[in-house]
Amino acid sequence: MSGERVIKLKTPLIPQAIADLHVGDTVLLSGIIHTARDAAHKRMLEALETGAMLPFPLRGEIIYYAGPSPAPPGRPIGSIGPTTSYRMDRFAPRLIEAGLRGMIGKGERSLEVAEACQRFGAVYLAAAGGAAALLARSVTSAGVVAYEDLGTEAVRRLEIEDMPLIVALDIHGGDIYRQGRERYRR
Amino acid sequence: MRLLHVDDISLTIAELCYRAAVCLPEDMRHALKIAEDAEESPVGKSVLRSLLENADIALAEGLPICQDTGMAVVFADIGVEVLLEGGTLEQAVNRGIARGYKEGRLRKSVVAHPLERHNTGDNTPAVLHLRQIEGDRLRLAVAPKGFGSENMTRLFMLNPTAGEEAVVEAAVHAVDEAGANPCPPVVVGIGLGGTAELALEISKRALLRPLATPAASVAAGNLEKRILERINDLGIGPAGLGGRITALAVHLEEYPTHIAGLPMAVSISCHALRHAEAVL
Repeated sequence: MSGERVIKLKTPLIPQAIADLHVGDTVLLSGIIHTARDAAHKRMLEALETGAMLPFPLRGEIIYYAGPSPAPPGRPIGSIGPTTSYRMDRFAPRLIEAGLRGMIGKGERSLEVAEACQRFGAVYLAAAGGAAALLARSVTSAGVVAYEDLGTEAVRRLEIEDMPLIVALDIHGGDIYRQGRERYRR
Repeated sequence: MRLLHVDDISLTIAELCYRAAVCLPEDMRHALKIAEDAEESPVGKSVLRSLLENADIALAEGLPICQDTGMAVVFADIGVEVLLEGGTLEQAVNRGIARGYKEGRLRKSVVAHPLERHNTGDNTPAVLHLRQIEGDRLRLAVAPKGFGSENMTRLFMLNPTAGEEAVVEAAVHAVDEAGANPCPPVVVGIGLGGTAELALEISKRALLRPLATPAASVAAGNLEKRILERINDLGIGPAGLGGRITALAVHLEEYPTHIAGLPMAVSISCHALRHAEAVL
């Protein structure tokens, strides 16, 4: 999957790098990210509200909305494509306010998430839904860091190299899903 | 009567789980190639290329096409002359699912209770649809359903006099509202008629019809064509990033219904339209 401009990006995300991203740009992302999806988000929000420890510090972090399939022997991870992001919309603005700077997933987000991205300087990156075996190639190491009882929904620390993503929400008010659809609607 | 041991059924189900999750069916691969040629959006084209590349990698490395290997939906048609030995069909199916998901390294995505939400650890139970047929054979189809697309399912209880136009509008509305969520390009299954629950069931069965095979009637085929054109005018495109190819096919199946109603269900599948069949 590739868009108009290709940008190599490293975690943690710094404000200048985020500001430079525009909807439609291809990002090849490298560094450390964490997976978290529905059940992990619910727990993280509870932790934030009660002042308990979070599974990882949120500042400058990127969360990948994903739950992998089991790893084959000798491989860091199984298939790992994005899950649908809107289910995390109820949690994302609070996490962005607390320092989260990137989300990887698929599908449209709510107005509240788009506004939080603009207000706090965060970015939403789209991965190709259904390209899970292909995306697994970008993962060089993986390990569970929290909520192991959740199985595939546990929080995993991933080391990634050149994961192909497209900027879907930027800090300038761009939204690839809205713009893309407008462009091709008849 | 023909004796069939449930262990043979379990083993077959386990194999079908793996095959469905890892091998993208040939008709889908073909449809994606045609779509890649037809797509006007450069990003859309590259998404379709990625999906084809993904299918190759999955097959070569024995990895699931999609990490969401679904809740296992099993369609079983059992011949009247088949006598099961060693247990019930439901037990046999669930043992097969547990084995297939464990040994195939497929993701376990099922929780035991819808509100308490503890993972069952082996992807059981399956959802079993059972029908009786003539003969001494057992036909099995395993069709794991991911929930990115399952969450986009819609049921419409239309007015009985609403006619074709309302059917087209409802189908287009369902896909429009789903947008990027079910991982376009999608296949749309429509169940028309019956009762509410039957409309839903046949909408799901409709997804299993091989791509590019004709509908049951010319009228249904024309309706499918009309709906597909309208859907592909929505602009949603591959991965929802904008483009011409939002759906690869629309499959519509019908059933008699009541004078006061026109039930219509829309089931959506992503390109990972997984299904594998066997006859025992």
